[in-house]
Amino acid sequence: MNQSDSQLILKAEGLKQHYHVKQGLFKPDAVVKAVDGISFDLEKGKTLAVVGESGCGKSTLGRMLTMIETPTGGSLSHRGEDLLTLTADAQAKLRQKIQIIFQNPYGSLNPRKKIGAILEEPLVINTKLSKAERREKALAIMAKVGLKAEHYDRYPHMFSGGQRQRIAIARGLMLDPNVIVADEPVSALDVSVQAQVLNLMMDLQQEFGLSYVFISHDLSVVEHIADDVMVMYLGKVVEQGTREQLFENPKHPYTLALLSSTPQLSPDKRRKRIKLQGELPSPLNPPSGCAFHGRCSYANERCKTETPLLRLDDQAEQEKGHMIACHAVEEKRIEVIEVGAA
Amino acid sequence: MSLLQLENLSVTFGNFRAVDNISYKVEEGEVLGIVGESGSGKSVSSLSIMGLIDFPGKVSADQLKFAGQDLQTMPEKQRRKLTGSDIAMIFQDPMTSLNPCFTVGYQIIEALKTHQGGSKKELRTRAIELLTQVGIPAPESRLDNYPHQLSGGMSQRVMIAMSIACDPRLLIADEPTTALDVTIQAQIIDLLIELQRKKQMGLVLITHDLALVAEVAHRVIVMYAGQIVESGPAAEVFSTPKHPYTQALLASLPESASGKARLEALPGVVPGQYDRPAGCLLSPRCPYATDHCRKVEPANQGDLDRQVKCHTPLDREGRPAA
Repeated sequence: MNQSDSQLILKAEGLKQHYHVKQGLFKPDAVVKAVDGISFDLEKGKTLAVVGESGCGKSTLGRMLTMIETPTGGSLSHRGEDLLTLTADAQAKLRQKIQIIFQNPYGSLNPRKKIGAILEEPLVINTKLSKAERREKALAIMAKVGLKAEHYDRYPHMFSGGQRQRIAIARGLMLDPNVIVADEPVSALDVSVQAQVLNLMMDLQQEFGLSYVFISHDLSVVEHIADDVMVMYLGKVVEQGTREQLFENPKHPYTLALLSSTPQLSPDKRRKRIKLQGELPSPLNPPSGCAFHGRCSYANERCKTETPLLRLDDQAEQEKGHMIACHAVEEKRIEVIEVGAA
Repeated sequence: MSLLQLENLSVTFGNFRAVDNISYKVEEGEVLGIVGESGSGKSVSSLSIMGLIDFPGKVSADQLKFAGQDLQTMPEKQRRKLTGSDIAMIFQDPMTSLNPCFTVGYQIIEALKTHQGGSKKELRTRAIELLTQVGIPAPESRLDNYPHQLSGGMSQRVMIAMSIACDPRLLIADEPTTALDVTIQAQIIDLLIELQRKKQMGLVLITHDLALVAEVAHRVIVMYAGQIVESGPAAEVFSTPKHPYTQALLASLPESASGKARLEALPGVVPGQYDRPAGCLLSPRCPYATDHCRKVEPANQGDLDRQVKCHTPLDREGRPAA
């Protein structure tokens, strides 16, 4: 095994989550392909960002990675161990290593428990530490995330949104995880507090060598924190690559549209607005061919019938690993759009 | 004559001043952006313009005028006629602002009937026209939909249709796109700006998204803990902020940080009801605060066109004046 392999923490291949939806007594069940064939590698100390609009399956992906839900297809391994074929006991052990932080810190903390009890609950369930040891550990982690010792005996309602998110992060860290799945961790926060929490997350990443799966719809946050980025649309990955590839050389029409819709502070960073018509189609009844064709200005007959596969962009060396699922890109039908051409 | 003129508007709830002596103007055909973090009084100040502050909230102002008419002294009946027709508002969360028990058509027609009247058929035609204006496909069938049958973007379009039903001269949009996805946000903002230009409305856009304001607003007001700390032309305020709070807000945006460096986070949070400091309200969080700042509240400097509330406003290089 070479160096890069040993750094590999999480590996997903063709991960799928299909739900069956009852449509009535005599109709066959409909299938919602919430996540349909996603592959990625996550290395130690790196951040993989998952971007997309609501309903594209990014939260479902997070739930599968943390084993809250079992995938209906594909494989998922943690440090080479296949998570899906393990015994229940071994799975429970591994679950400790992959933790999750939820979006809304007002909903994810039990209002009837004190902070100390919230933080110690994972230890009570998963370890045999004594009461004093648990308290010591909780206080140590609280100090790490910038909470004071006196906060131990307080209830969640006594904290602001930013502090609550710190508590949620502390809870995620209690079992010394390798991977943290952060599901929109800063979207409920104000900008100045958002900056504090992002800084904290980056500090913790350095200190503990954590890997993040960072689920977000905010591209400016993603550009700041991510190493690799995955853009999802209706359960499928449409573009995947390093941060530089995606933000400096975006290719897929959907990525271009997302980037151009994000408001920019400085006029010279603004892109020509690509107007997307309509909204995300229903996953119950997805369009044929490329799921994006109804909203894409480059769509042609081929896009309507043939589903594009995620394929490597076969150009220069610095484009290594940049994957795009688009017929128009493949056929070179898309002109390059300059930044600042607005 | 300005479309909307506020002078020293305050809103108090008991001892708590949610909005503290703010003054601003909105001209016809102007887009005014109001930015600030949650708890800075953005929404409460606009609710007070609409006359929607209930007991125990108290609104007081030296001047609160809409197109020359004094909103404070006019009879309640007349004011109710004005709000909803000449002054309209779009609320933040479209999913909860629409009544789930009535069809979309019923709710749009209700606003039309109250302010303009007309036969059933006329009203329905007008409602269809409005839905077409805001870009809803198949408006005839959408009229009979209930809110739960619409997506977030659709509901917000319906809200916009309701608010422009009576051709308002002033539209207040309170975080109109916060609950929506970026591509839908772009659609809704484009729609709002297009309507604003076509009808030459005054538009007050309340948001916490600084970049959004930078893109569409002519003038901008920065609020902090109920006070206006800085105001001026949008491009100027964002390129050369004079108030340390504006500077800090801009610096804390991820797009301002180059590479994977740390973000310039402003420590602490907006002071709440019980922890308002003496002197300048920003002083506990401000990197430039002096003892003077902690004791004496700064006065507004400059005129309404470019205002800053700071003892030591920043110069062009972003350093405090000596």
